Amino acid sequence: MASALINVPRKAKRGDIIEIKTLMSHIMETGYRHTAAGDLVPRDIITSFICRYNGSEIFRADFFPAIAANPFMSFFTVAKESGKLEFEWIGDNGFSSTASASITVE
Amino acid sequence: MNRFRAIAMAALLAAMASLHAGEISGEQRRSGYSFMGPDTRAMQDDDTSNPAMLFVLDGEALWNKRTGSAERACADCHGDARESMKGIAARYPAFDKTLGRPVTIEQRINLERARRQDAPPLAYESRDLLALSAFVANQSRGMPVVAGDDPELKPFLDKGRDLFMQRQGQLNLACSNCHEDNWDRRLAGSPVTQAHPTGYPIYRLEWQSLGSLERRLRSCITGVRAQAFDYGAPELVELELYLMSRARGMKLETPAVRP
Repeated sequence: MASALINVPRKAKRGDIIEIKTLMSHIMETGYRHTAAGDLVPRDIITSFICRYNGSEIFRADFFPAIAANPFMSFFTVAKESGKLEFEWIGDNGFSSTASASITVE
Repeated sequence: MNRFRAIAMAALLAAMASLHAGEISGEQRRSGYSFMGPDTRAMQDDDTSNPAMLFVLDGEALWNKRTGSAERACADCHGDARESMKGIAARYPAFDKTLGRPVTIEQRINLERARRQDAPPLAYESRDLLALSAFVANQSRGMPVVAGDDPELKPFLDKGRDLFMQRQGQLNLACSNCHEDNWDRRLAGSPVTQAHPTGYPIYRLEWQSLGSLERRLRSCITGVRAQAFDYGAPELVELELYLMSRARGMKLETPAVRP
């Protein structure tokens, strides 16, 4: 039941600096923990996050085991044109999830 | 002379202690939220940065999903949770007539699964049970707690209160020794707080996940080096009932974030 919460302003003035906030549901298992029986719990993390604004990449982040569960990202961009922001998370064990949000620039 | 002074000093200290001890009066009561730093408060205040909202979304999906051999969803009987579940969590734990004792929201969900959906119970602290209880309790956010009003709950409420006041464990501490006598102080750098369970299930940063009030109580009990009660044990439910009635009138925050 992977799901994401996206916070992008619905409207912005051209040239405005806007904040984009994303929250992704993921356990972010570090790969350093052991079970009570002593077995290593295999690593299961998100390894990269990409945001595209009308097709062009505006933000990218690599994730590592020290990042908390349900990673929260906040970053800024300049509102240039109306359109779509697309988000993509890629991780271990073939994990892949996408989300999108639209913005109207006046 | 010295001995007399020592006795006088001890009497004075005892008087000071008794000034502070005892139940926290109405206007002095504070939610755990007010003890948190600005960053953690901001996390709870914004539904798109509160990680517990991910569980609430999952809970909504489960609410509408048909399950069990009765092939029935919660929504098939209760309809829109925004209407039907409004204020429900504010009065839990509530008395169940068939069982003749109080049950928590989690236990209520599992009872309904058995009685109406013909589905196996969800395990305590499983993602699905936490998600469903968070979704149900979220419908009461902002409403005042009214738990413990039912006169049938009286004996259970009293037992819960006794357990709250009962010293236990190798450290020989009662809940009240910290949460009533020393709530304005710190333990290992963290605020002790008043133990008003207004935001459960909570997203605890230390847990990296959502957790129930029973999980919180069990870790406190382990902390005083006592043997923790099992999940769903009557003692935990009674303690939960007492804590909720003690927070009567305070606003529900579910799903809260706590450090």
